[in-house]
Amino acid sequence: MRSRAFPLIATFVVFVALYLIGYQRFPAFGTTRVIANFLTDKSFLGIAAVGMTFVIIAGGIDLSVGSVVAFTGVFCALAIGRLGMHPLVAFAVILLIGAAFGAIMGAVIHFYKIPAFIVTLAGMFLARGGAFVLSQESLPIEHSFYELIGDLYYVFPDRGRLTFVAVLFVVVLVVGIVIAHFTRFGRNIYAMGGSRESAANAALLLGVPIGRTTIMVYTLSAVLATLSGIVYSLYTSSGYPRAAVGLELDAIAAVVTGGTLLTGGVGFVAGTFVGVMIQGVIQTYINFDGTLNSWWTKIVIGLLLFLFIIIQKVLTSYRGTFTFRLIPGLSRRAAESKTSASPP
Amino acid sequence: MRQRVRPFTGRQTGLPYAELVGEKMTVQKNTPLLQTQNLTKRFGSVQALSGVDFNLYPGEVHAVLGENGAGKSTLIKLITGVYRRDAGEILLEGKPIDPQSPHEAQALGISTVYQEINLVPTMSVAENIFLGRQPRRFGFIDMRAANARARALLKTYHLDIDVTRTLSTFSIAVQQIVAIARGVDMSAKILILDEPTASLDAQEVQMLFTVIRALKARGIGILLITHFLDQVYQISDRITVLRNGERVGEHLTAELPKMKLITLMLGRELLSETESSGAERAAVGDAGGAFLRTEGIARRGMLQPIDLSVARGEIVGLAGLLGSGRTETAQLIFGVARSDAGSVQVKGRKVAIGSPRQAVQHGFGMCPEDRKVEGIIADLSVRENIILAMQAKRGWLRALPARKQEEIAQQMIAALHIVTPDSSKPAGELSGGNQQKVILARWLASQPEFLILDEPTRGIDVGAHAEIIHIIKNLCAQGMALLVISSELAEVVDYSHRVVVLRDRQKLTELTGEDISEDNIMRAIAEQ
Amino acid sequence: MTDQRTSSTPAPPRPKSSILSSLGRLAAGNRRALFPLLALVLILLGNWLISPSFFSIRVVEGRMLGSIIDIFNRGAPTVLLAIGMTLVIATKGIDLSVGAVIAICGAVAAVLISTTDLSPYVVMLLSVGAGILCGLWNGILVAIFDIQPFIATLILMVVGRGIAQLITEGQIAVFNNPTLEFIGKGTLFGIPFAIILTAIVFVIVYLFIRRTALGLLIESVGANARASYYAGINARLITLMVYVISGICAAIAGLIITTDIKGADANNAGLWLELDAILAVVIGGTLLSGGRFYLALSVIGALIIQSIQTGIFVSGLPPTFNLIVQAVVILAILFLQSEEFRRPFVRAWNRMRKTA
Repeated sequence: MRSRAFPLIATFVVFVALYLIGYQRFPAFGTTRVIANFLTDKSFLGIAAVGMTFVIIAGGIDLSVGSVVAFTGVFCALAIGRLGMHPLVAFAVILLIGAAFGAIMGAVIHFYKIPAFIVTLAGMFLARGGAFVLSQESLPIEHSFYELIGDLYYVFPDRGRLTFVAVLFVVVLVVGIVIAHFTRFGRNIYAMGGSRESAANAALLLGVPIGRTTIMVYTLSAVLATLSGIVYSLYTSSGYPRAAVGLELDAIAAVVTGGTLLTGGVGFVAGTFVGVMIQGVIQTYINFDGTLNSWWTKIVIGLLLFLFIIIQKVLTSYRGTFTFRLIPGLSRRAAESKTSASPP
Repeated sequence: MRQRVRPFTGRQTGLPYAELVGEKMTVQKNTPLLQTQNLTKRFGSVQALSGVDFNLYPGEVHAVLGENGAGKSTLIKLITGVYRRDAGEILLEGKPIDPQSPHEAQALGISTVYQEINLVPTMSVAENIFLGRQPRRFGFIDMRAANARARALLKTYHLDIDVTRTLSTFSIAVQQIVAIARGVDMSAKILILDEPTASLDAQEVQMLFTVIRALKARGIGILLITHFLDQVYQISDRITVLRNGERVGEHLTAELPKMKLITLMLGRELLSETESSGAERAAVGDAGGAFLRTEGIARRGMLQPIDLSVARGEIVGLAGLLGSGRTETAQLIFGVARSDAGSVQVKGRKVAIGSPRQAVQHGFGMCPEDRKVEGIIADLSVRENIILAMQAKRGWLRALPARKQEEIAQQMIAALHIVTPDSSKPAGELSGGNQQKVILARWLASQPEFLILDEPTRGIDVGAHAEIIHIIKNLCAQGMALLVISSELAEVVDYSHRVVVLRDRQKLTELTGEDISEDNIMRAIAEQ
Repeated sequence: MTDQRTSSTPAPPRPKSSILSSLGRLAAGNRRALFPLLALVLILLGNWLISPSFFSIRVVEGRMLGSIIDIFNRGAPTVLLAIGMTLVIATKGIDLSVGAVIAICGAVAAVLISTTDLSPYVVMLLSVGAGILCGLWNGILVAIFDIQPFIATLILMVVGRGIAQLITEGQIAVFNNPTLEFIGKGTLFGIPFAIILTAIVFVIVYLFIRRTALGLLIESVGANARASYYAGINARLITLMVYVISGICAAIAGLIITTDIKGADANNAGLWLELDAILAVVIGGTLLSGGRFYLALSVIGALIIQSIQTGIFVSGLPPTFNLIVQAVVILAILFLQSEEFRRPFVRAWNRMRKTA
């Protein structure tokens, strides 16, 4: 079975299995309280992971998301607390800053041909450093608007709370799915990631605007990371420069366990949702257990990451022969076109 | 039957096209669909294309043929806007055009389908056909409509497939047709097919040809590049031959005998007598036995089973046109690709060679065809490049002492007349001929018993050319076994004790002794 | 420097005075070293301007003290990581897991010394052994399973701190063992032992790389994997080895960090140090695209980073500026290395020369 959906199915099976294990051990897993908490607790990770999904499908990576979340939180705290901005104005401003930040990273990646990994690493330093420069300690946010948002929730019959941030996560998810599958921008992202390795760069020949798409993808990711930071500040009612350290790794893990190929071109926003929920289940299980070290979460996530990377490897190496693998672009044509492009 | 063919001189078709064709074809008008006039392109010191005129008429299949470096791909890339031309004109339906990118060329009606198909393998067939121009409803992509339209479109190509499946799950032939369908659907007047049949089997080739004939009937002009001469005669109406960046002829396929086509491509004339065997060919006996003997080694989609033997002190030449399987033979022997049939014997003992590393351990060496990508390590110094294979053979633990390295490098630089200020210069900064010598030196330093040389003299200047031939002969005299691949027939005839002729990825014949001549090689290639 | 390499025709020899041309060649040969060295000197000078006592070294109770010693001492872990990272990057790879490996190896050492009766020397060996295992894991994923290095080492980066936490059972494992503490806190001839240990590791790795053919083969595989394959080089073995070396370097760095604070902090030990190490390698001129590597210059790069951090510290700026300054430095260097970025400047320069 070599269908595109196979990793997604595998993810779903893993999720159901983990959930059933949890349910069998702790019947509370079946209540809306736990399920709604999955959504609330993982909302900022989920929103950032949706952005990461697009970047990875495009064949790139964005390491700056955790830092952007922290910067956003600190910025909001200062803008609201010190400058007296209305939270909505502060949100608008920080979203614009985030968009510009992402656009610049995308432009540097595209125009200067510097690996995305390094550019976004520098972005990570900048954003985290910026957060520290703004403030060194945690800043509480006290504003009626935050209380208003905090009180916005729907209560299920068994007292589960569907919070505003959880709904926002679901909305982002749906918008993400629509962008990925039903817009030309979304399909261009897939085309770009799927043909990155091909000799003739098919996407370019097919008329995909590579530069624009690259810049837009990183902009989208940064905007969603900023939104994730806003959610984080709503969730914690504070801004903290050390917040969300390593969030990008969790996001990458969620994306990969969600069935998106790290080589680009194949992936599902919905799969990322399942990937995020898997992390929620693991964490909840470990919390409920009480005796387990919370670091088991990381270890289990890492093992799942490993498992899915191996699955991906098996799925994508259809040639399978060792000789062909080690030497990139063995085909004579590839070599020929290379030489004709730059004659001796 | 030997005949003397009159020397062939460049431009042949001063005549208007209608006169040339007569009444045979009725579809065409007098103006070509696509015309290039005096098209010229230079890369640094290399004249890739000089003053090429090319005409493509509606409803014809026009094959462009030539060996490596003839300028075929440069011609295509100029027409499709990948490169900018230095001089000349490109006319589309009589109007000058200047496409700046393949995308722009596409918009003008020139579609190109490459061998490595320019589609996105991870997306569905329908998405590939409509990428960038998806049907939309309320601003969102209407995938159902796209699928329906893709299905209908492919039906016109007699292709009834599930268009929602991922492209990469289909055979190359189907992908090829999908690419053509996309191109033509975007209002193509001209379809450029670059080596479309290179990885197709016989049945798939016929499938593709059916499509090409149907497009031809719709008045589309098709420019075809291929290595397979049989296919050229099967499908094309006209042939343009390029050599060294110049057009050496434009002919109606029906009026161009295969033999003459080959002489045009190789730039040689047939002579009535074989006079080229100037060197006395000391018959190399099997006294010492063959150093290397292959029995039926083959790989699917790469090479038909081939038997070959090379003795010590013998040069075996591999002749054939580009794409005939010469390089593939060398790669299978050297373990670059694993053969899936047959066996290899070294000094009478059966061995398994699965990688170049194993081949090197058996005393093999190979100077690959693509010097820049497979041979030279540009960042490393001349000295390091020279001792690399020797070091790899010794293993990483037993490093050659610096003094020894320098000694070997200096020896080789002197012996092969490598022109370099010193041995620490990065090898990438040397000229092509000197780079070739460095790679030769790399293998000589490893003291191989058997050396494969793939196009050792291509793209290097005359002086270095002669020197390399001299080296080859010397090595042979010292008792080395050599397998040499070259497009230069005169060269192959000059030094080979035996010549193996290949075509369409199989061995045709083997010439020995007196029979080795350019004529005989060309005849063997042309034979039906 | 690269425009020279890309031009296909060698420049015609210019008849010039031999002294001038040989001087020019000397400058060209050492230009690579010149840039990072100059940067280091400038930063140190800057530090001296900020704090005039910067270069002074006092001896207190047989132990040298001073900002310069401090730079070397605090920079030791980064220098060690940079040594391993240089080799990995030379093969076109990357090792993101070194920070996590520091945590693991530190945890192994701390837990073993405080809960068992093993000799401290055995504990050191076992800790380094843990580093070797981590390196093998990474190397097998990259060399045998052929997974992109970035991804392969990401797994251990995610899991590593969790493993370290499990080893320390979530505590900061504190210990008291003079022999072990000597690694991080001891002095030899007045010099902090961490500096001496780092120097020893550097010399050993340098000799190991340059006295065997490993260095050459690493550069060959990194510069042109395909041509190296044709030349019969066992690329897989080479790749495996560089990750193991990187693991060993991280383990020793972990020992230094852990014994310095007499405790293994699984959460914070070596946090983000992998990024410092990558940055150090890049500053040292080893390209992320693999090939030629410069071990000594990577060490200089690591010292530059430490000098910046120490400089920020002595200047009284909050240490939080570290990250921003580092980001600016990394961006500046990446821009300078990008051909696309240099092109307009090169063109303008050529135009100026033509008109002049």
